[in-house]
Amino acid sequence: MTVTQERVRRPQSRAAGPRPDVDGRGALKRSVGRNLTAYGFLCGALICFALFSWYPMVREVVLSFQENNFVDPGKWVGFDNFRNVIEDPAFRQAWLNTAIFSALALVVGYAVPFVLAIVLNELKHAKAYLRFVVYLPVMLPPAVAVLLFKWFYDPGAGLFNQILGTFGIPPLAWLDSTSTALISLVLVSTWMNLGTGTLIYLAALQSIPGDLYESAELDGAGLFRRIWHVTVPQTKLILLVMLLLQVVATMQVFIEPYLLTGGGPENATVTVAYLMYQYAFNFGDFGGGSALGLMLMIVLMVFSTIYLRVSREAER
Amino acid sequence: MRTLVSPLALQTPRGKILYWSILVITVVGFTGAFVFPLYWMITGALKSPDELAQIPPSFFPQHFDFGVYVEAWNQLQLGVFLKNTVLYAGGAWLFTLAVDVTAAYSLSKLRPMFGKVVLGLMLATLMIPPMVLLLPTYLVAKDLPILHWDLLNTPWAIWLPAAANGFFVFLLKRFFDSIPKELLEAAEIDGASPMRILWSIVLPVSRPILGVVSILSVVTVWKDFVWPLLVLPETDKMSISVGIASLSAQMPQNVLIASLVIASLPTILVFFVFQRSIMAGLTAGSLKG
Repeated sequence: MTVTQERVRRPQSRAAGPRPDVDGRGALKRSVGRNLTAYGFLCGALICFALFSWYPMVREVVLSFQENNFVDPGKWVGFDNFRNVIEDPAFRQAWLNTAIFSALALVVGYAVPFVLAIVLNELKHAKAYLRFVVYLPVMLPPAVAVLLFKWFYDPGAGLFNQILGTFGIPPLAWLDSTSTALISLVLVSTWMNLGTGTLIYLAALQSIPGDLYESAELDGAGLFRRIWHVTVPQTKLILLVMLLLQVVATMQVFIEPYLLTGGGPENATVTVAYLMYQYAFNFGDFGGGSALGLMLMIVLMVFSTIYLRVSREAER
Repeated sequence: MRTLVSPLALQTPRGKILYWSILVITVVGFTGAFVFPLYWMITGALKSPDELAQIPPSFFPQHFDFGVYVEAWNQLQLGVFLKNTVLYAGGAWLFTLAVDVTAAYSLSKLRPMFGKVVLGLMLATLMIPPMVLLLPTYLVAKDLPILHWDLLNTPWAIWLPAAANGFFVFLLKRFFDSIPKELLEAAEIDGASPMRILWSIVLPVSRPILGVVSILSVVTVWKDFVWPLLVLPETDKMSISVGIASLSAQMPQNVLIASLVIASLPTILVFFVFQRSIMAGLTAGSLKG
């Protein structure tokens, strides 16, 4: 390296790093060294992500186009797995149930927390208690909450039929009837997840500037118009984020049908995730299960993509 | 601060009556909806099977016999399940911190070549819910690629996937990005190694985010059901949720309820103690991306 180049280089490298460059090779060496250190720090995460996130994505696609017994190498079968799964009468039922479950969970689990948050934000007493209590079910392990509700749903001495009885309402069959089983699942799921939404909305409500309400009131806006024209627009992004998040979460519903109904009665509570589990672990058909998983993945990725867009917007 | 209802409106007699009635309805409603089921669970465990089947039910148990908790503990080997769960959650916590903190530090401060690509790939996993990858992920745990190790029934089946958490890497990196450069450069000039800088400068100032990530990681593993159900099928290796669920059919009703109480105590205790961090994690979680 010539003397002139060195002279030019020096001040630059002083600005960039603590030690001045002596020559180009030193800079290269340091850059390689820095990258090696950096990847040394990264390697644990790279291994974990590769094994349990990135590779499974590829594997899912491969599995769904193969027939596999996990002894011989998998045999490519084209769309056979998809065809088999789609022809299964439970397939339509599972998607229908999942859609109904998500829709019902939205109707209850989406609007109610928003209303609760609005009420909580107005109250000046018992704030800490109410916040604590609404989040309590979220802290229970889901299996515990679901098994607890299984006991409440008991058609004989279960809590819910007892409560109905005190109001003179005839008992319901809850999980044992095709007409109430799915809604019973929605009820548990909503109960144990309601707190999250409520507290997130509450945090969003607290950041609304008070003078917006002030001026809306001066303009003669009543309570509901203030909610509609101030509260909702101010929390629009969070509302949208939560909507997408909830759709993605509820469409994966598994533990409720697994522990409460086993998909019954008469497939009334079979969900896509549960059917996927059944294909793999009850029928030993990982190809069919993966095909189902892939379909669910594509549907959920649409929602996740929108969600990421929106939440990035919200962050700004 | 002024909210939806103006303070003036609350001063009028009508406003006061309305406010207090809404307050009472809310408190009673919340208690009924969220506390009463737990009360019913705790007292239900104290009732004999006959009393449990009785219609109408008794509001207070006829006698307080805590023996059923002992029975649940022994019959369901809850001690073993709890010990397992502590091992899984504690190990996952340490492992997650070790792996994700170093990764986030590397991506934020050491900035290697292709660092942005790596971060992008890690964040991309947030778009795909783990449930849809359940089968291929299970197969990886059953037969690790290249090495052909079977991780089923070992804690590694929980620990390794727990660390592959794009959200934690994102949270940590975002926090590390906010640490002023000058702080680290001063140490670098003094000849401190990257590991030393991480340990004695970055970690001490990152306590709040480490708290949030710690609690989220422990609670996530503790509450998880589907994954431990698949990868820990041996009864002696089960986590508490899976253990109770798989033995629930053979238990008398009151013993089962007692075991539910015992299983929910640890997370509720954690909530009592770390309420603030948990709520902080919640609002951080609402804006992941």
